[in-house]
Amino acid sequence: MSAAATAQGPDQSRRGTTFAATTLLVPILLINAIGFMLPVANLAVISVSEIRSSGAMTGGWSIAKWTTVATDPFYWELLANTVRTSLIVTILTLIVSYPIALCLHRMSGAWKSILLVLVISPLLLSSVVRTYGWIAILSDRGLVNSALAALGAQEPLRLMFNQNGVIIGLTEILMPYMILALLAGFGRLDPRVEEAAATLGAPPYRVFWRVVLPLSLPGVALGSLLTFVLAISSFITPKLLGGGRVFLLATEVYDQAIVTLDWPLAATLSIIVLVVFGLALAVYTRILRQIG
Amino acid sequence: MDERPISRVLIWLASASFLFLLAPVLIVIPLSFSGDVFMSFPPSSWSLRWYASIGQHPKMIDAFFFSLQLAGAVTAVNLVIAVPAAYALVRLAPPGAATLMSVLTAPLLLPTIVLALAMLIVAARAGLLATPQGLFLAHLVVTLPYALRIISTALATVPVAVEEAAATLGATPLTVFRRVTLPLIIPGLVAAGALSFLVSFDEVVLSLFMSGPRLSTLPVEMYHHVESRADPLVAAISVLLVLFTLLIVIVVDRSLGLARTFVR
Repeated sequence: MSAAATAQGPDQSRRGTTFAATTLLVPILLINAIGFMLPVANLAVISVSEIRSSGAMTGGWSIAKWTTVATDPFYWELLANTVRTSLIVTILTLIVSYPIALCLHRMSGAWKSILLVLVISPLLLSSVVRTYGWIAILSDRGLVNSALAALGAQEPLRLMFNQNGVIIGLTEILMPYMILALLAGFGRLDPRVEEAAATLGAPPYRVFWRVVLPLSLPGVALGSLLTFVLAISSFITPKLLGGGRVFLLATEVYDQAIVTLDWPLAATLSIIVLVVFGLALAVYTRILRQIG
Repeated sequence: MDERPISRVLIWLASASFLFLLAPVLIVIPLSFSGDVFMSFPPSSWSLRWYASIGQHPKMIDAFFFSLQLAGAVTAVNLVIAVPAAYALVRLAPPGAATLMSVLTAPLLLPTIVLALAMLIVAARAGLLATPQGLFLAHLVVTLPYALRIISTALATVPVAVEEAAATLGATPLTVFRRVTLPLIIPGLVAAGALSFLVSFDEVVLSLFMSGPRLSTLPVEMYHHVESRADPLVAAISVLLVLFTLLIVIVVDRSLGLARTFVR
């Protein structure tokens, strides 16, 4: 490259480099355009397309789906339930992930690597497998209810096919993301600052409350955003652990797209998912500016 | 580096959380040796019948081999496309490289359910539903960002001075890339390849939207089975999948370090 720069003018070489870069980028840009940009843009078009009751497109336009969604209380309840469930899942995930992340941050050597691999490996396993594991734990004949029965419980605890099961399952499924985000945030945490606080006589809980927690807030914010966004769009776990009795935006998108074949409605609902996603991002940016 | 001992309370809390995190994977192992007809835990008897019964589910076996081929093809094409792209973005740094990078990794940011629906509608129009081509393209879209990011990071750590030295000694840009750059980013390529393979192999949301009764992947078949029946069959398949995943993880860890691949 440097040889080319001396042979030709720097301007010409710059143009040559840009040309080469463009050529190398053509395949990936094509796939991005055909497989990503075009389909997503098409969603907006579909949401205002008119359909017959058979599901076939008429070619005309209609905002019927948007008015349905805006006026039918079912969809407002769906939205509220989705946001509520995702928020609960985010808070629970934060609570159970924080100790693991803090522990990992303080560890070093072989143990740290082993535990880190244990945190990451569930990510590499299909969510179907992990949800199936939760069915074995939470169902009426599962681990928890067998243990309760052995202790003398008469009635099985209803842990599945309802909101509880969905929340428990999602919390566990999203933990690795939260832990990794928290760990990245702990980078700012200098052990000497904690030590200084302790030397000055602060009891451990106060060191945590006044030093550790405030310094880890950017990681907390990032992890919460990630978890919330993944929670609003997840549907494998809500579908299997909710047993068709828990209605969320994502499960409704699937049902409308695959079962009812009402694509405009599915597209409308998925755009609402995008709007919630955008709002979460805006809240995150705002919070980050305040704590940063 | 850190000499403060970890407090006992924290260790207890972390252990409890760890148990919660690993519980669903751990419980599948004993469940797969159940001798019961239905799923119940603990099983009332033990056997290998569910492992044996995998052979009586030709749809699962077909789906497994299709998933394997799909993930293999996706991984190979992925690397062929992502390596030049990463090179262009990192080394040639055209104007707007940073923007391009975020555009190209955007599919990772978009909620999967939205992407899945978007792809379903376009694929149905193009007649690509439940075809290998349709699933291939869908998987390529979601795995390319991972590969691009990992390979770009790997490229950025190769000192430019080494490449320049080779160029000064008269090597053409292609030779420099082949003989100097490529060998130095092999660990990154292994990581990118393994991750693409696993993401494709485990992907269920896009596949569920894009497949049909004629053609589906293993995770989709498993999903449908779990949805309709509660028996330990999926546990037996899961254990085999865990072992399979472990094998790939070990290969990656040996060549690069799993932690370094993800935390950064």
